[in-house]
Amino acid sequence: MRVFTFIGGKLLNVAQGLGEMLALLCETVYYFKDAPRNLTSIFRQMSIIGIGTLPIAMLVALFVGMVLSVQTGSELALYGTQEAIGAIVGMSMVKELGPVMTSLLVAGRIGSAMAAEVGAMQVYEEIDALKTLEISPVRYLAMPRLIACLLVVPALVVFSIIIGVIGGGVVADVNPRIDVPFTVYYDNMIRALNYKEIFKGLLKAMVFGGIIAHVGCYVGFKTSGGARGIGESTTRSVVLCFLLIMVANYLLTRFML
Amino acid sequence: MKPRGNFWSKLAHGFAPSIMDGDSCQIGYTESRGVSIQIENLNKSFGDNHVLRDVNLNIEPGETFSIIGPSGTGKSVLLKHIVKLEKADSGRILINGQDINDEQPDVPQDFRYSMVFQSSALFNSLTVGENVGLWLREKRICGEIRIRRIIREKLRLVGLESKEDMRTSELSGGMKKRVAIARSLAMNPDLILYDEPTAELDPVTSDELARVIMELKREVNLTTIIVSHDLNFALYLSDRVAMMHDGQVVAIGTPEEIKKSQNPLVRKFIYTTTKGIQGERD
Repeated sequence: MRVFTFIGGKLLNVAQGLGEMLALLCETVYYFKDAPRNLTSIFRQMSIIGIGTLPIAMLVALFVGMVLSVQTGSELALYGTQEAIGAIVGMSMVKELGPVMTSLLVAGRIGSAMAAEVGAMQVYEEIDALKTLEISPVRYLAMPRLIACLLVVPALVVFSIIIGVIGGGVVADVNPRIDVPFTVYYDNMIRALNYKEIFKGLLKAMVFGGIIAHVGCYVGFKTSGGARGIGESTTRSVVLCFLLIMVANYLLTRFML
Repeated sequence: MKPRGNFWSKLAHGFAPSIMDGDSCQIGYTESRGVSIQIENLNKSFGDNHVLRDVNLNIEPGETFSIIGPSGTGKSVLLKHIVKLEKADSGRILINGQDINDEQPDVPQDFRYSMVFQSSALFNSLTVGENVGLWLREKRICGEIRIRRIIREKLRLVGLESKEDMRTSELSGGMKKRVAIARSLAMNPDLILYDEPTAELDPVTSDELARVIMELKREVNLTTIIVSHDLNFALYLSDRVAMMHDGQVVAIGTPEEIKKSQNPLVRKFIYTTTKGIQGERD
């Protein structure tokens, strides 16, 4: 009987959490109407997310593109089909690796920071202060972050894809086991890619960006218990972001096939 | 300083006209007017913990009223009910005769309240001036020129002239409290609430803060509620004092009446906060 009570309690907690997340999302989207008068906050968040993450995202994308090229190219070379490497690297970066890898990076770097910042504001009564000043914390804190993430994560993904593809091309050209000239690599990739695929990749990135901001703010708003609570929120936001990004990635891939 | 009115400033504010130019304020931005407060049979529990038990209080317009008592007796929770950060299980709070939790009042609520938090709750990402002007800017209450004037005026009231460009991280504990008070005053509140204003402050800074609140009492017509376990601070500033114990109001009166009270709980509190620990008496 105790087991059922325990499981029931956990399920109720999950249902309550999902309900709260949905309610927060609806409220945040409702405040999109106030975006024009909060452009300063939105630009500030875009700068924090974009400029801070861009160098590391590009570096990671470069090496991912290079590894993808050297691994796949070597195998293809065994069957003499290494010229297809451009299409494989391009499609992988556009459809999966670019959006997912960049989003995970942003989740680790920005999602956790958002949860910590909003969580600290919650713990140190700043959220309560906003409420007594009749300023909606959702409008003031969550809405600019959500809009910034929706815009910046796809932009970061574009840079990641470009750098990843270049890295793969360079490896394919200079690695003697693959030995595919960059022009061949490029032509092959362009033939394989189309606007629809690029759009799907960017749509994924946008959804993942939304998940990161929403989870960061939700976990932040739910923070309690001082410095320890802030630390726990940081960890929780990263884990939840990773989980939701993976689930959303499967669902989006499944429905956009 | 020249008011911001160029293209980029306008873009950053979404081309909302009221924030860029003009010296006027909304009609509703009136001077502070003290309000009356009635608290009737207020009860609140957190799980099994009954924090407020049938609390009844009457506070007159313009009065400075302190709620004292040991930690954990429900003082701050009571304060949070007045500013609607908590909702009571039963009972009600009336400000100027209007139930503050009435969703559809017959007459629109015509009062403003503000709270100075124990931790000051200043926004670290903003400067002192931006903190003070936050409500005015976010609610589009006045034009930018007027907002800057109000910020200077409110900072002068708390003795922090020309500090508006400082970061909050550069301020001492006492200065943070004063900025928090200035931020509250920017609303021209009819009711201001202080939650443990002297917590974490040394005696000299507490004394400075007491003088600031005393000065405000003279210059601004507002109702003030102070929650504190600093007995001297409360007795010095207040017109009346209530003592809470175990979620209930156990004594209420003027500072003189409280000092002379024969209620054992009040006597014990006065003794321990002015003489030393309880064990020393035995």
